[in-house]
Amino acid sequence: MTALLEIEQLQVSFGSTAAVRGASLSVARGETHCLVGESGCGKSVTALSVMNLLAPNARRSAKRLAFEGQDLLGLSDSGMANLRGNAMAMIFQEPMTSLNPAYTVGSQMTEVLRRHKRASQRAATDRAADLLARVGITAPGLRLGQFPHQLSGGLRQRVMIAMALMCEPRLLIADEPTTALDVTVQAQILRLLSRLQRDLGLGMLLITHDLGIVARVAHRVSVMYAGEVVESAPTAELFANPRHPYTQGLLRCVPVPGRIKRDEPLGSIPGTVPRIAPGFAGCAFRERCAFADESCSSAIPRHRPSAAHDFLCRLPA
Amino acid sequence: MTAIELGNVRKTFRVKGGLLGADRHVVAVDDVSFAVPTGGVLGIVGESGCGKSTLARLILGLLQPDRGSIAVEGQRVAAMDRRARARLIQPVFQDPFASLNPMTRVRDIVAMPLKAQGNFGAADVRRRVDEMLARVGLSAEMGRRLPAELSGGQRQRVAIARALVLRPRIVVCDEPTSALDVSVQAQILNLLAELRRELGLTYLFISHNLAVVEHVASEVAVMYLGRFVERAPTERLFGEPEHPYTRALLASVLTPEPGLGVPDVGLGDTLPDPANIPAGCRFHPRCPIAEPRCAVESPPLKARPGGGVECLLV
Ligand SMILES: Nc1ncnc2c1ncn2[C@@H]1O[C@H](COP(=O)(O)OP(=O)(O)OP(=O)(O)O)[C@@H](O)[C@H]1O
Ligand SMILES: Nc1ncnc2c1ncn2[C@@H]1O[C@H](COP(=O)(O)OP(=O)(O)OP(=O)(O)O)[C@@H](O)[C@H]1O
Ligand code: SF4
Ligand SMILES: [Mg+2]
Ligand SMILES: [Mg+2]
Repeated sequence: MTALLEIEQLQVSFGSTAAVRGASLSVARGETHCLVGESGCGKSVTALSVMNLLAPNARRSAKRLAFEGQDLLGLSDSGMANLRGNAMAMIFQEPMTSLNPAYTVGSQMTEVLRRHKRASQRAATDRAADLLARVGITAPGLRLGQFPHQLSGGLRQRVMIAMALMCEPRLLIADEPTTALDVTVQAQILRLLSRLQRDLGLGMLLITHDLGIVARVAHRVSVMYAGEVVESAPTAELFANPRHPYTQGLLRCVPVPGRIKRDEPLGSIPGTVPRIAPGFAGCAFRERCAFADESCSSAIPRHRPSAAHDFLCRLPA
Repeated sequence: MTAIELGNVRKTFRVKGGLLGADRHVVAVDDVSFAVPTGGVLGIVGESGCGKSTLARLILGLLQPDRGSIAVEGQRVAAMDRRARARLIQPVFQDPFASLNPMTRVRDIVAMPLKAQGNFGAADVRRRVDEMLARVGLSAEMGRRLPAELSGGQRQRVAIARALVLRPRIVVCDEPTSALDVSVQAQILNLLAELRRELGLTYLFISHNLAVVEHVASEVAVMYLGRFVERAPTERLFGEPEHPYTRALLASVLTPEPGLGVPDVGLGDTLPDPANIPAGCRFHPRCPIAEPRCAVESPPLKARPGGGVECLLV
């Protein structure tokens, strides 16, 4: 079966800053693939590359970038516009950047459906109200008439989610879709998404910092660090047997309620990500890594401890 | 000494009813009273849309209450001038992108509160900004960027640097670390804790991340539809939660254990309508243990050690 989304050797740079450096990953129909990693490691940029929504100063290249087998690199702007918000939709990390403050929630939601599916205003409004209700918004009629700034952070986030689902996408890229929500609503949205996944075979690329969500909903997890995918494995395998030192460090930092020591500092990975200048070689984690030696400054092998598990490190498989 | 004190604060918003409907009133904060001692950290958790950010904006003086009193460090917020208020209390907001001017470089964003005071020399401003950027883990090179050239987490550090650069007495944090990975989150929270100890700061700390709240807060308030339905010292709230909504919240936390799936804690899928607050106990339509009288009787505040709970059945 061909994957729904294939990303191979993606490179994105802004001037002399390399934001994504050869990242590869794929999403199958009905699969939830979670992307985690340090703030600034290139998760959102990877997602925006797929949607072709990068800032104008970005340079994107890849060995392959395909949706349902169709090449996205060579696709025309109008071809891309037909897919976006339609067969593939995205929930953005910051809802205020993608909701237009000048239009009501209702007009923004119905516009997508009218544009892509030529639905009538009436049908579009019905669907919008239905989806708002499904993401747990009561009085959808009231909310449809409101402007984005009149909504709480969590309401805006749910409007974004409902809007992304308007055209029944086959691929959903969700960038931190539930961080603005309380945990009970978060659980509700995650259950809704997995129901859609079952019913429609929706494939999901889910970007999140919440390793609790990852553990509970992901089929597969990829860990990014400084623009590279440093480890990728099925979820249970990654949590039970993390191999890359960054993944190990990350998992150790997760605060778990009930196991908190109030007077001690929270565990963190000391240091910061280095600046990746052109010509950078070796492992980008080496300055923070307890296992680093001189070989970490040259080419790093990708090991495969099992068919579905790979990691990028000098340490043996 | 009391750092923050609220007495019977209420705030409603009028929402246009559209073509047919009449205007409606959303009750965002409904008769809330509390005090936070100097050096304390009050964690606030609760439903999305229950009024947490509204409460934060009221305390910051960015919104006026319909009624009730709000004082910080013994002074009425409404009576303070903006500059004095800025030296005393600073926000770190939820959505770093919306709260940072996109056309202003990071350094200048962080310098803004100092410049607005009007009495810091240029060299002093530069020194304080450098120090603050380093403190939150942003390089000098990043200081020269625009907000759009930063990742979400990097932007959140800018917002924190801007809030702390004036060394305020009180910091109102509204989801300050929700955009950060767990390691950077830990660094920021450790930084906030360190500054609190060093400078005797008081925090109001709003977050959906219960583990984070458990770590930073000295006491926790649980908010539901505009009211504090439970309030307790942190250990008690996490150890012996009483209100059914508090229990549901704690049961919804996703621990990093693969294979357990996403729990359904039985609150139903319809959320409350803040323009139409249920009679009796406002939680009763969703409460898993509700009895008929919960739909009629308003639960009184029952006192508990260091706090209280509003439920008829506990
Ligand atoms: N328009 C831009 N111009 C210059 N640099 C940019 C631009 N957009 C992103 N970057 C840089 O690219 C890198 C990757 O950013 P990205 O937003 O993908 O991070 P992220 O992994 O999503 O982080 P977070 O978890 O904090 O959201 C960051 O270092 C960021 O500063
Ligand atoms: N300017 C406004 N006009 C109309 N209604 C508003 C306005 N600001 C907030 N509200 C409403 O007040 C209620 C409380 O909003 P608030 O932003 O305080 O919630 P919150 O607890 O911070 O939620 P979240 O966790 O989602 O950020 C919501 O129903 C919201 O829609
Ligand atoms: S390659 Fe070297 S520096 Fe990088 S993670 Fe492995 S041991 Fe550490
Ligand atoms: Mg991001
Ligand atoms: Mg809020």
